[in-house]
Amino acid sequence: MEQILEKESKIILPTKDIVYDTQQLNLWYGNHHALKNIDLPIRENEVTAIIGPSGCGKSTYIKTLNRMVELVPTVKTTGKILYRERNIFDADYGVEELRTKVGMVFQKPNPFPKSIYDNIAYGPRIHGIKNKKILDEIVEKSLRGAAIWDEVKDRLTTNAYSLSGGQQQRICIARCLAIEPDVILMDEPTSALDPISTLKVEELIQQLKEDYSIIIVTHNMQQAARISDKTAFFLNGEVVEYDDTDIIFSTPSDNRTEDYISGRFG
Amino acid sequence: MKYVHHDSVVKRMQNRLTVNRIFKTIFFLATLFALLTLAILFYRIISQGVGYLTLDFFQNFGSRFPAKAGIKAALVGSIWLMCVVAPVSLFLGVGTAIYLEEYAKKNKLNDFIRMNISNLSGVPSVVFGLLGLTIFVRTLSLGNSILAAGFTMSLLILPVIIVAAQEAIRAVPKDIREASYGMGATKWQTIVNVVLPSAIPGILTGGILALSRAVGETAPLIVIGVPVIIQFLPENLLSQFTALPMQIYDWAKRPQLEFQSVAAAGILVLMMFLLIMNSIAVFIRNKFQKRY
Repeated sequence: MEQILEKESKIILPTKDIVYDTQQLNLWYGNHHALKNIDLPIRENEVTAIIGPSGCGKSTYIKTLNRMVELVPTVKTTGKILYRERNIFDADYGVEELRTKVGMVFQKPNPFPKSIYDNIAYGPRIHGIKNKKILDEIVEKSLRGAAIWDEVKDRLTTNAYSLSGGQQQRICIARCLAIEPDVILMDEPTSALDPISTLKVEELIQQLKEDYSIIIVTHNMQQAARISDKTAFFLNGEVVEYDDTDIIFSTPSDNRTEDYISGRFG
Repeated sequence: MKYVHHDSVVKRMQNRLTVNRIFKTIFFLATLFALLTLAILFYRIISQGVGYLTLDFFQNFGSRFPAKAGIKAALVGSIWLMCVVAPVSLFLGVGTAIYLEEYAKKNKLNDFIRMNISNLSGVPSVVFGLLGLTIFVRTLSLGNSILAAGFTMSLLILPVIIVAAQEAIRAVPKDIREASYGMGATKWQTIVNVVLPSAIPGILTGGILALSRAVGETAPLIVIGVPVIIQFLPENLLSQFTALPMQIYDWAKRPQLEFQSVAAAGILVLMMFLLIMNSIAVFIRNKFQKRY
């Protein structure tokens, strides 16, 4: 662990614990080398943004953190990702256990074709909570946590598909909160939303970081600058630069980072 | 340099529209031909058979005399047959489809299995009859019972059900599966809670259409040796029985002219049976249809 910190010498020494420590991660889709020697320590109760042009591996990386990437059958990985000091690739580390602690919000709002209530209660139910009273409480708490309780409290039994796109995405965030995760992974959560819904989700992310560690992939550099504490710039499957968001957006040390954030490519 | 000369385009427009009209007429005639044939068939059967469609027809067993012949044994036999075919074929078919779509790895062997299941649905039904005769009737000594016929019919329609269920399962959007896996659900929990509820309308529609094919099949029953004239109702799954298409086939091949009308009445009953089953399929599809 100390070695890693030395290597990333530009980072101010942590006052917060490292939640995710990626060490020499390589990933292949068949023959395509999608992630190359990634080293990335991510701290808790921070928003870590991952930016980069299309095809740079940022979505692949975030999907590796909860091993969703393995739904693609041809994926191969080497290296380690330590989540709370335990390697998620260990044979005895079940993906189900990992995903209970690491929630995910996807690019496109993907509620289940069920009622709002059943959407939120889905996670607790699959983890064995049957008591209606407890479920009621979890649903309310999660919807409040996702700042959508007031909008939907009178129609919890209606189908989640009747909501607008922005509301659906906040339902998905609430659904993710319902399993009381430690980390929330967000894969371009606002790319399918209108500006007002985007603003609401961004405000929500700011509130959520009090209780959760958030890792967010975004295509939108302004968004990364607005909401994140740390930013990692990915290019062609490598981490070009990883630092405090302020530094990345004001005085980046790598030319490629500067070119990207100033809009010269990407 | 202009490539599109609007004057010549306008000149050729009339020709293009004529060709369009010609093909429209051809396709309309093709539809008309099929509909007309069907209408003639219906007219013939209804005008011939409706006279015999009395309450007695449903209450009588088969007979040598056209006036006394009834469809009771065949109708009840077909219902019994469905009671075996429906659970067996749906369970095996949906189970296979779930395995192939959700659990099986993508490799050459599984691709080969998938391809061959589609091919199986093209195998003539008489071949399945021979299979049933060898395995169920002789090897397992079930005789020409409801159970043996039911298993044979299940095998016959299994490929159709598997393919229909596979397509229904494949049509479930990937992102709602990901949502479920993303919360730590196991594969089985995802299948039960997310995949099947969305796929069930498609599975049942395909399943019921396959079952209605089984109701109308004659060849496997003949090969198995299902008798035609039976003067009792089946008591259990190992009883002998007869089925609607067997009965109709027997009536249709008799020399007396009156039996042609009895056969027509039998066909009417069979068609009502099918119509009811297909209505159930349509009802299920409309009732459970999900929006995405």
